[in-house]
Amino acid sequence: MESLDDSALSLAVFVPLVVAAAMLLVPRENETAHKLMALGATLATFAVGMLILARFDYGASDQLQFRVDAPWIDVINSRYLLGVDGISLPLLVLSMFVCVLVVVYSWNHFPEPHNPKAFLILILVLETGMNGTFVAQDLILFFVFFEVVLLPMYFMIGVWGGEQRQYAAIKFFLFTLFGSALMILSFLALYFSGGQTFSIQELVAVAADNIPRSTQLIIFGGLFMGFAIKVPMFPFHTWLPDAHTQAPTQGSVILAAILLKLGTYGFIRIAIPILPEAAMAWAPVIGGLAVVGIIYGALGCLAQSDMKRLIAFSSVAHMGFVMLGIATLTDFGINAAVFGMVAHGLITGMLFFVAGSVKDRFHTLELSRLGGLLLQAPRMGWILGFCAMASLGLPGLAGFWGEFPAILAAYSPAEGLSEALFRTYMVIAALGTVLAAGYLLWMLQRAAFGTPKPEFAEAPIADMHWPEYVAWVPMLVLILVLGIFPGLLFGLTDGAVGNALSSFGAGG
Amino acid sequence: MLVNQFLVLGAVLFSIGVYGVLARRNGVLVLMSIELILNAVNINLVALGALQGASGAVTGQVFALFVITIAAAEVGVGLAIVLLIYRNRASVDLDEVDLMKG
Amino acid sequence: MLENAWVIPTLTFVSFWLILFFGKRLPGHGAEIGIGALGLAFVLSCVAVVQWVDRPATEVVPHGTSEEVHGEEEEEHGAAGGQRGEDRQVVATAVETGGHGEETPIRSAVERNVTWFTIGDVEVTAGTAVDGLTVVMLFTVTLISLLVHVFSTNYMHGDVRFTYFFAALSLFTTGMLLLVVSSSTLQALFGWELMGLCSFMLIGHWWEKAENSNAAMKAFLTTRTGDVGLLVGIVTLFFAAGQTFDIALINERALTGAIGHTALVVGAVGLFIGVIGKSAQFPLHTWLPDAMAGPTPVSALIHAATMVVAGVYLVARLYGVFWEAFDIGAGGVNPIAVVGGITVLIAAALAFVQDDIKKVLAYSTVSQLGYMVMALGVGAWTAGIFHLFTHAFFKGLLFLGAGSVSHAVHSFDMKADMGGLRKYMPTTFVTFLIGSVALAGLFPLAGFWSKDEILVGAAENGYPVFELVGIVGAFLTAAYMTRCVYLTFFGEYRGHAHPHESPRPITIPLMVLAVFSVGAGLLNAPGVEKFFEITENRVFLLAGVEHHSFEVFPAVVSTVVVLAAIAFAYLLFFERRLPRGLTRRNALARSGYTLLTNKYYLDHLYTGVIVGSVKGAIARAAYWFNQKVIDGVVNAVGIAARRSGDWTYRHIDQAVVDGAVNGAGFGAEGFGGILRTIQTGRVQQYAALLFGAATVLALGLIIFV
Repeated sequence: MESLDDSALSLAVFVPLVVAAAMLLVPRENETAHKLMALGATLATFAVGMLILARFDYGASDQLQFRVDAPWIDVINSRYLLGVDGISLPLLVLSMFVCVLVVVYSWNHFPEPHNPKAFLILILVLETGMNGTFVAQDLILFFVFFEVVLLPMYFMIGVWGGEQRQYAAIKFFLFTLFGSALMILSFLALYFSGGQTFSIQELVAVAADNIPRSTQLIIFGGLFMGFAIKVPMFPFHTWLPDAHTQAPTQGSVILAAILLKLGTYGFIRIAIPILPEAAMAWAPVIGGLAVVGIIYGALGCLAQSDMKRLIAFSSVAHMGFVMLGIATLTDFGINAAVFGMVAHGLITGMLFFVAGSVKDRFHTLELSRLGGLLLQAPRMGWILGFCAMASLGLPGLAGFWGEFPAILAAYSPAEGLSEALFRTYMVIAALGTVLAAGYLLWMLQRAAFGTPKPEFAEAPIADMHWPEYVAWVPMLVLILVLGIFPGLLFGLTDGAVGNALSSFGAGG
Repeated sequence: MLVNQFLVLGAVLFSIGVYGVLARRNGVLVLMSIELILNAVNINLVALGALQGASGAVTGQVFALFVITIAAAEVGVGLAIVLLIYRNRASVDLDEVDLMKG
Repeated sequence: MLENAWVIPTLTFVSFWLILFFGKRLPGHGAEIGIGALGLAFVLSCVAVVQWVDRPATEVVPHGTSEEVHGEEEEEHGAAGGQRGEDRQVVATAVETGGHGEETPIRSAVERNVTWFTIGDVEVTAGTAVDGLTVVMLFTVTLISLLVHVFSTNYMHGDVRFTYFFAALSLFTTGMLLLVVSSSTLQALFGWELMGLCSFMLIGHWWEKAENSNAAMKAFLTTRTGDVGLLVGIVTLFFAAGQTFDIALINERALTGAIGHTALVVGAVGLFIGVIGKSAQFPLHTWLPDAMAGPTPVSALIHAATMVVAGVYLVARLYGVFWEAFDIGAGGVNPIAVVGGITVLIAAALAFVQDDIKKVLAYSTVSQLGYMVMALGVGAWTAGIFHLFTHAFFKGLLFLGAGSVSHAVHSFDMKADMGGLRKYMPTTFVTFLIGSVALAGLFPLAGFWSKDEILVGAAENGYPVFELVGIVGAFLTAAYMTRCVYLTFFGEYRGHAHPHESPRPITIPLMVLAVFSVGAGLLNAPGVEKFFEITENRVFLLAGVEHHSFEVFPAVVSTVVVLAAIAFAYLLFFERRLPRGLTRRNALARSGYTLLTNKYYLDHLYTGVIVGSVKGAIARAAYWFNQKVIDGVVNAVGIAARRSGDWTYRHIDQAVVDGAVNGAGFGAEGFGGILRTIQTGRVQQYAALLFGAATVLALGLIIFV
């Protein structure tokens, strides 16, 4: 088992990539082989994830475990450094989990222009990038994985997307690349001013002392741009609705469930621990943009007539809660943020799944044309209702634990932050929950309640197929279980969060 | 030694060459004008070299020789291009040759 | 059972899942699971009540201290306020040394907590806290819910979503039970919101029609708006009480002055906003009448035992906070009493102009909830929850009665489709009448005792205005219920269906509830006072809430007022019909009657017309205000939010923010376009540029170097 422990993370990252390479050799006509290979790869990766879960030392969740440390690029002292702790583990497992479900869902849901070979290869490459980002402990390695994610997503939107896929894909690509450019600059600045190392752990130890405050502020600004665009925070969010609306269902799910978390994860893993002083200075700005995002995203949702676009806008609002939690710089806030990331991944992922299946059947997502889903496909309708309730933060479902502790934390932010300001944020965020209820119920009412519109009244609408059951039930169960037993996740993240906040003294 | 007359000659030749390059439409004549410019430079090289004393004079002349050699090669290539253009278009009018328009 | 109170909500929760997954395949379509679980829960609740009554009173709590002492304590504890990790024992001793009153032994609450999750060094617990209030609520909720289940088996028979309906009922009950037994505010929020969800599901049960789903949305969104306050309140109290959600701790710390006054007021106001939303108090009461769109059994459940009384329960549960924050002991006015009082009157006035029997009852519920809130606001804690207790029975009875009627005539419209039903459905008539009389508050039925206690409490605690409000409210209540009974059961049948008595599953719950409506009030009758003894708790004593027993004078006054109201309504509705009935048969009787009663009748008509029109106009104006202004504002806010969302989206998001992004792209392209024009492809132009540039550089060299 020793050797397995050493290689577990590498396996988790590279198994999908290797299988993807193997799939290149199989002729594209052999679709079943491709599906099986992709499923096998994601399942194998997920099995590795389960193994990591099983062998993870929960008593030491604040320490990096399964560490791998090997020389990589000696010239710049960049190392092949992997490891997981309580913050990255849930996200890593979530990523593996969602990839399996996406492949299962794809079984008979390949969007035009079909081509399962290319599509599945892209999903596998995406998985490598996402898993890698969550386990990388070296800035350059992190950056590489962070960027690996971009291209497959670009092609996924650009080739399999909707009518305006070109525009959406380019917008997505340019936006993110712009952020990445500033991010890599900041990484380099950290390297040169922080002691000639890219190791995150070493930088956490030395950077704060070596870098003068003014420089810290600028470096944090670069990191902020890079991560905030990925999150996305207001006002850098406009790529998101377009990308989501145009992306194929699987792309939307991965985008919502995992990709958006790369940004918030970056804040928690890199920006805040390495540059605590700057984080403190930037926190009011981040918190402010977060609550603007909450309200703004909700208003945006209310103005939508397209279901998928509405869900996309709701991501802006939900990630606002996550960022508000982060901005408080307290253990409550950041635990809530990690929880919020996982919950949003599950819930919004599910919403996109449902939206995708609705589109498969009705060939439209215009809310004015939909209606009576509960009559024609009752199970799907109830699942939509369940997800809407989870998304609006109903206690007992996962979404609540992303919102409530964030609101709670805003009442009493870390020492040194303005209480009055953050309490104002708290009230605004609480108001956001009403708006969230408003737009989600409105969507539910339009799509699921009432009777079908005449144009679809006679249409043969099938209820759920087996791939949908297999892909959705695990997510639904998780949403419920995490909602009732939040300790499952808080117990895992708490130690690591305390560690990340160690530079703030008591940390809340 | 007075260097002025050489420099004046060089300047005059150079100006004639520039005029030729800019104003003539015939490709062959433009090439010849370039030769004039290069020769104006040669005169300057030799004259200014001689002003430096013995070693300088040699340096200047060697430079001039290099320029002449390269000029020959350049004219060779240039004439070949002009010839090809003539074959393709039955004209050597440079205004018609704007293949590199962006 | 007291330690294992968690079993009760768990039972119904399990029942929910069982019905959901297996209900359709069972012969009873899931109803049997729901009834079985609720029956078991009811039995367990009864066990809990018995155990509680048998529990020896051992805990000694110092009696409430006067206001001055609180003032001093506040300053003392101000500095230490909000300290983390303070042991409850410490606080308790602080109280014992601080307070100096007589000591009464009470039954101590049974608490049982487990760690839910830990963040940082804050351990959040989940668990149950059972005391007298809890067992009373458990009993009431499970009983009403069980009866509603039984009632529904017949009432909902053949409904498209019969199974689903029972699953939702189970979940609904779970929410209320969870709220009732929870020991922490956070856990209470779970039950609270669970009920919000279920009310959404059940009010919108027939979601094929847009108005039903609109009503469901309105209910959910209105209560959710109140929940913003609740969230803020819970968060504020969490920090103010030293990072704890524990209700008992929060109460103690509030009463001992360990919480700063500002934080306490913010927390209390926040919680109260939540209560206003949930318990349908003015001005957020508008959702409740609309909620009548749901099936009638749901209305009974919502109005009698769950959902709307959740707010009242919350105030009673966190009474320490409200007591201190609003200085309830001092008399005069405070927000809780004012909101409650306004609600009593406006809702009662509105009940007059309704033709829909369920809407009459709905406004009546709003009005009665106003009574409860007002009672808590004037410091009559026992009276408030006693009224909650009695009201649950007779309002449940009335709603189920209305359901029975509608089962017979297939309508809720009293004027168009009812009348004279007492002949066709005697059981329903008698039980409905008992419920009405109990609601009106006539001796010796349930409403009489609880209403009287509220009036006594208001008077004794220095809230004379609210005593008057209570008496006026009693008058209105009696009058509109008389009208309602008259329109439904007296006169001639006006509908077109063939009314018949309802079958047993419907009438048996009615009879059971009728028994309780008659007898429940006696629990706190003078000399018995069992209810007071059962519910007396630590907070009650610590705060020094005064309990006032029955008094004859207000009882007589209120009885007289109620009788006057009934007489008034009788004359207005019954008598006006009587001459017409007679005149149809006998012309002499007509003229004789007119002659005989002319003066008498005229007098009454005078006052009737003037008072009636004014009252009618006022009531109508109130209804208009309700529908147009308050509702209008709610709608306008919704529309404005959509519009502003639309505007922001179109003009800011798409134009400015997105425009900037696109602009950057176009900028790069435009610049390229400019550069492109230089690229002519003409060698000589290039050469000209080259020489020109060289010349400029040379000139620069000469001039600047």
